Order: sequence, then structure tokens, then C-alpha cells
Amino acid sequence: MGTFQIDFGNSKSQRIVGIDLGTTNSLVAYMDAAAPKVIPGADGDPLVPSVVSLTPEGEIIAGNEALKALITNPESTIYSVKRLMGRGIADVSDELKLFPFRIAEGSESVIKLKLGDKTYTPPEISAFILKQLKENAETELNEDVTQAVITVPAYFNDAQRQATKDAGRIAGLEVLRLVNEPTAAALAYGLDKRKEGIVAVYDFGGGTFDISILKLQEGIFEVLATGGDTHLGGDDIDNILLRVALEDIASEWGADISANPEAVQTLRRAVINAKHQLSTLPAVNIEFSFQGRHYKRELTREVFDKLITPVIDRTLSACRRCMSDAGLKPEQIDEVVLVGGSTRTPLVRSAVEVLFKARPHTELDPDKVVAMGAAVQAAILSGDVKDQLLLDVTPLSLGIETMGGLVSKLIHRNSTIPASATESFTTGVDNQTNVLIHVVQGEREMVRDCRSLARFDLKGIDPMPAGFARIEVRFLIDANGILNVTARDVRAGKEQTIEVKPSYGLTDEQVEGMILESIEMAQDDIQERQVREARVEADNILAATEKAQQNNAFFELEETEQQQITKATNELRVVYHGDDYHLIRNKIEQLNEVTMKLAENMMNTAVSKALKGTKIE
Amino acid sequence: MSTGHCWSCEKPAEHNLFCKFCDTLQRPATDYYRFFDLPKKLVIDAAELQKRFYSLSKLLHPDRYTRRPQTERDYSLEATAILNDGYRVLRDPIKRAEYILSEAGFENAEQRTKDIPPEMLEEVFELNMALEESDKSQLGEFERRFEAMQGELDVELTALYQKWDKVQDKQTLAEVRGVLNKRKYISNLLNTIHGNLSD
Repeated sequence: MGTFQIDFGNSKSQRIVGIDLGTTNSLVAYMDAAAPKVIPGADGDPLVPSVVSLTPEGEIIAGNEALKALITNPESTIYSVKRLMGRGIADVSDELKLFPFRIAEGSESVIKLKLGDKTYTPPEISAFILKQLKENAETELNEDVTQAVITVPAYFNDAQRQATKDAGRIAGLEVLRLVNEPTAAALAYGLDKRKEGIVAVYDFGGGTFDISILKLQEGIFEVLATGGDTHLGGDDIDNILLRVALEDIASEWGADISANPEAVQTLRRAVINAKHQLSTLPAVNIEFSFQGRHYKRELTREVFDKLITPVIDRTLSACRRCMSDAGLKPEQIDEVVLVGGSTRTPLVRSAVEVLFKARPHTELDPDKVVAMGAAVQAAILSGDVKDQLLLDVTPLSLGIETMGGLVSKLIHRNSTIPASATESFTTGVDNQTNVLIHVVQGEREMVRDCRSLARFDLKGIDPMPAGFARIEVRFLIDANGILNVTARDVRAGKEQTIEVKPSYGLTDEQVEGMILESIEMAQDDIQERQVREARVEADNILAATEKAQQNNAFFELEETEQQQITKATNELRVVYHGDDYHLIRNKIEQLNEVTMKLAENMMNTAVSKALKGTKIE
Repeated sequence: MSTGHCWSCEKPAEHNLFCKFCDTLQRPATDYYRFFDLPKKLVIDAAELQKRFYSLSKLLHPDRYTRRPQTERDYSLEATAILNDGYRVLRDPIKRAEYILSEAGFENAEQRTKDIPPEMLEEVFELNMALEESDKSQLGEFERRFEAMQGELDVELTALYQKWDKVQDKQTLAEVRGVLNKRKYISNLLNTIHGNLSD
């Protein structure tokens, strides 16, 4: 019985939420009875802008409030942080030119962003967004939320996935599963359709593009192939429009405003608005005012389509590659599902329809469908949904460095996960006691063209002649698409110690540190609330005392008693503005004590008055 | 492999995926054929294999073990990895044969000159010329020829698979090995041609 309780003690059905942590917007959803539901924030909007800002008061805010600060306070506001997740500075140097926020020193393996006088890594910034979603869910569900399924672009590599998991941990969420966004969307669609056949999911979001092709059969959603680009999205369309508008303004005004972050952000909002309107209108005006000058330019859908064609073409060639990987022709695709805000663009819809020769599904809101799918996956994990199962694949091949900087592939892309591979290693020189293994991810043949994942140091090999040792290393990609490595010394028959140095991202210790810091921050928050509450109480007692001092009862007190009250009142007023709620409470207590007799006297007077009144009656 | 006893109820285990006494997941077997409970044969019914893959997935996938004890969660991950690896190997006729060959102690496919038919050498010489000149029409001609050769080898393989399934002898496996090596060589040539044609 005892072990039973320990084993199943945490199986108490606590709700698991599904989170879409997007480039532009984030959402949280849960499974209500049989349907996924998105949860609105305090302002009623389920879309929480993925924006984090430091207010002039030193408070960190996320969501719609932070989005406003993007215009008023652009240098202390971070957006599109998803594009920086799991990346080094060299990966993103091009696009950083378009970001107004500042990068701190030492950002080679993990980017550090400056916000006020502190620096934050992308997982920490994402954690602020996740905390907001967690809070929204807790308010809606009226219970603690500690477990979540979070979606990631299908084409995210190991470091980007790990960074997302880290963000969850920092936000106080146990991430039970990372689910690929297009697959999540398929789950959301499949739930009420229960169809069988081949489905293509075209997911064009704010910062990433994914294409996945699935086979639906017997409740199993089997991903056949996936592809995409983690740096291709609506942001790129915005950047094209922004560049064109900046050049246009420069030639019209004879002034380059691209160095002014506030002007650039205002103009960015203007072109984004124009883009959104062009989804339904044939032409719009881009309007922009700055320092008394006004800019207005008509943009027709025809010109817009021409400008964004190169971006759309990149998504289409990824689709063709994916079909060929799945061994399918367009005619064999039964259905196409559109996901992500960028699929509202008419050119995207028509291009997809032509390519797949199928009319795309748009019944579910493309902004919400991924979060809804995440909620379905959460219900699968909790056991509430039993007749469905998702079999996903790894988007990139996993390999190790061999002689001459070549890659030996161990697990090929589009392999169903979990997937594993075992490789034997030996020593190259006599008495060598460790072996270094360099793991990379990518499709190219040379190590330098792939992405370095990590270096593993196999230690503690018994000294023996070269080539005698036999270390078996098992590479296992789990259901989250994250690599786990174990090693065994075959001759000694013992587990081998492995020291992992991730090439990009945070070590476990760093994440632990961030969790602690975030708890300290939470304590700061608690402290702040305590101060506010103490002040409210002080307000009440001060007002009551002030009123009582006008009462006859006050003048009936002895002079020393009157002085004591005045002194205590003044002392409370002094500490009132401090940050120490203990001290405020202390002085409230003191004032309470010295006004005790006054309160009693007033009470007696009131009672005797009342008694007198009764007698007259 | 579950040797001896169930990790959970400690009753005798019988090499099954689940303990027949307490129904907990056991440490999985690593032999793909045993895992899928299929006889060791080179010819496999693809529909039957997929059916087993789906039903085993439903039983073993980590999604089904989120709220189970850690040991079962570990075994679920391990078992599903073997299931997926095994499905990848068994559904592909070439990988399947390579698997049986390596279990039987044969070396992995390597480009060995002795497996290249002498009549091929002249063809390869001409192909290299066409590659150098990147003569697309000539490369297209080579592509057709090599694809036809590959088709012939596949017919040969099917016959050998059926033969081995009956007799299960080393001699037939050696023949399979030889044909697979030829096939590998030709598919490498085809990859080179495809790479050149798509440039």
C-alpha cells in the first residue's frame, strides 16, 4: 500500500494546459469536456502578445501592456524573442540590425539581452510570457497550473527545443511534452473530423515556417515527413515592407530615420496594419507621422504580392521537398490545413491551393488552432483522450564528427521519434582514458556546414593498448525531439561517465540559477504586495484616528495620552512611504495600542447615548 | 531483456512486454523480429507489419505513461525507440536484409571491387566522361539504364529472399550479400547522376 501511494501519489488529476509560445502571440488552452478551449487574459483577449517590457518603474510586464510599450519605450521592450531561442550571436547577426533592443557582451553561446541594468537570456524572456499565460490559466481554472505541453516549430533543432523547455522550467512549469506546431494543428482538426487519409499542414507564422505531411489512420497521426525554415515568417514580410517604406521616406524627406528606434517601431506598426488590411482590401494607405512630417503612400495588393513573392516561393520549395521526402505526389494529398497568421494573406492561400491541388481548410482560427492542438495533446498525456496518438518525427539528421571533419549520420531526418542509434568507439593511442565525441545536427556532409549540438567527453576508460577499448554510445532522441546520450564500457561492463558541453544553450546549473532568481523575483513581488496591503491598513487607521481626534472623547484623555497618539500618528506617517512592511505594521500596531483607551471611551459614549435614547423611548 | 523476475511485482517474468501478473511494462527485447512477434523471414507482409506497429505504438508510447512510475516511463521510452527503429528497418526490404545479415555475422555493405561486375567497369568509365561534360541527355540515358539494372537486381533479390525463408542457410545469405553489394554500387551511381541532374 505504501509504495502504491508513492508511485501514484502524483497521479491526482491535475490539469495539464497546452501552450502555443509564438513569435508574435502566445496562447494557453485546456481541454474542457470534449473540446479544447483557449483561455482569455484579464483584458478578455486570448492572444497574449509575445512582448516583454521593463517599465520606467522597474517592473517587468508581458503581453498587451508590453506591446504598447513597444512604441513608447522601444529600447526597454523585447519582441520576437523566439527567433533568438537556442541560438548564438553569429546565427542572428543579420536580423539583429532590425531589432531595437541591445545585446550584452559574451553572447556567443547564449544571447544575452539588456533590459535596464540587467541582462536576460531568451529563455528567461520567454519565461515572462509563460508566467503571464500560467497566471491567466490559474485565474480561469481557479487552480494551480504546474504542468504544460508547449508547442515548438517542427523544424526547431535540439538547442531551440532545449531552450523552450528551459523557459518552461524558469516559469515554474513542468514541460511534459514539446509538440510540433503543425502536428498540434492536425490534432485540433482531426479531433472533430476523425478522417483517414493524407493531410498536409502548412504553418506560416510570425517568425517560422513549417510544413508537415501526416497519415491519419485508426486514430494514429503518423507524421511522414516535415520540413521548414525557422527563420521565415510574417516578420520577413514586415521587414520587406519596412525597408521599402524607409527608402521611400528617405527619398521623399531627404532624411534617413532608420536610426531612430521610436520612428522605426511606429512605421513598423503602420506597415503591419497595411499588411493586415490587404488581406481583405485591394489597396490601402501606409500613413506615418514623425516630427511634424507626414508620409502617405498607397500600397495595392498587386504590388504587395510582387514584393512578398520571394518569401512565399521559399515556403513552396520547402513543401515540394517535404512531399518528395514523404514519397508523395501532390495528387496524393487529401487535405491541406492552414495554420499561423500569415496564412490570412490571399497570395499564400492561392499559392498553397495551386501547389497541393486541394482547397485548404481554414475552419479553425489559424491563430488559435495550435494552442487548441496543444490542449488535445495535454489531454492525451493525462489519459482523458485515449483513442488518439501522435507519432512525430525528428526534422534534422543527427550525426557525429569523424575523420577529416566529415559527418557520419546516425539517425536520419524524418525518423519517427523516439529513435535511437548505437555506435562503438575505441581509443586511438595507448593508455588513452577518454574519448571526445562531437555531435552535430543537419543534412550536410561536412561538420562545418552542420549545427554543432554538443561535445561529449567519455571519461574513465581503463588504460589499455590503442584500439582495445570498446565504448558503446547510445544516442536517443526522445518524444520531445531532444537528444539523450548514454555510454557503456563493453569490456569493463560499466556505465561510462559523460560530460556534456552544449554548443549552444544553457547548462543545467545555469537553468537552476535562473529558477532561483525567478523565485527571488517572485519574493520581490510578494514583498511589494505586502507593502501595498500594509499601506491600505495604515490609511484606514490614520483616517479613523484623525476623525476621533475631533471627538469629545479625545479631549477627555489625559494630556500625555493625547501626546502619545499624536506621536504614534506621526511615526506611522514617516514609515508609510518606506518599503519595509514590517515597520509599517509595527507602527500600525503601536498606534492601535495608544488609541485603545480613546476607542473605548468613544464606544462607551456611544453606548450610553444609545441607552439614554432607549429610556426616552 | 527481462531476465528472471518482474521489476515491479517480483514474480517470474517470461520475456513478454508486460508482466502477466501485474501488467507493468518490462525492459524490452532488442531483437526486432521478436519485438514485433514475427518469424525471422526476409519476406514480410507490409500491411501486417503496419498493423502491429500501430497497435504496439498505442500500447508502448511515452504519451501513455506520463503518470506512471519512473521505471515504466524509462522502459516505455526505450521500448518505443526500439519499436520505431525496428519498424524503419523491417519495412524496408534492403535494410531488413542488412539486419538479418549483420545478425548472421556478415559485414555491412561496403563498396568492394570484387562485387562490381566486370561488364560494369566500361559503363562507369563512360559515365564519368558524361559527368565531366555534364551531358544531361547522356546522363538521362545512364539513369534509365541503371534503374533497369536495379530493377533486375530487385527481382533477383525477391527470389533469393523466398529461397532463404524456406531453407535459412548461410549459402543463400552470402548470395544475398553479393546482390546487395551490387545494388548498393548502382544506387550510389544513381545518386551521383540525380545530384548532377538536379544542379
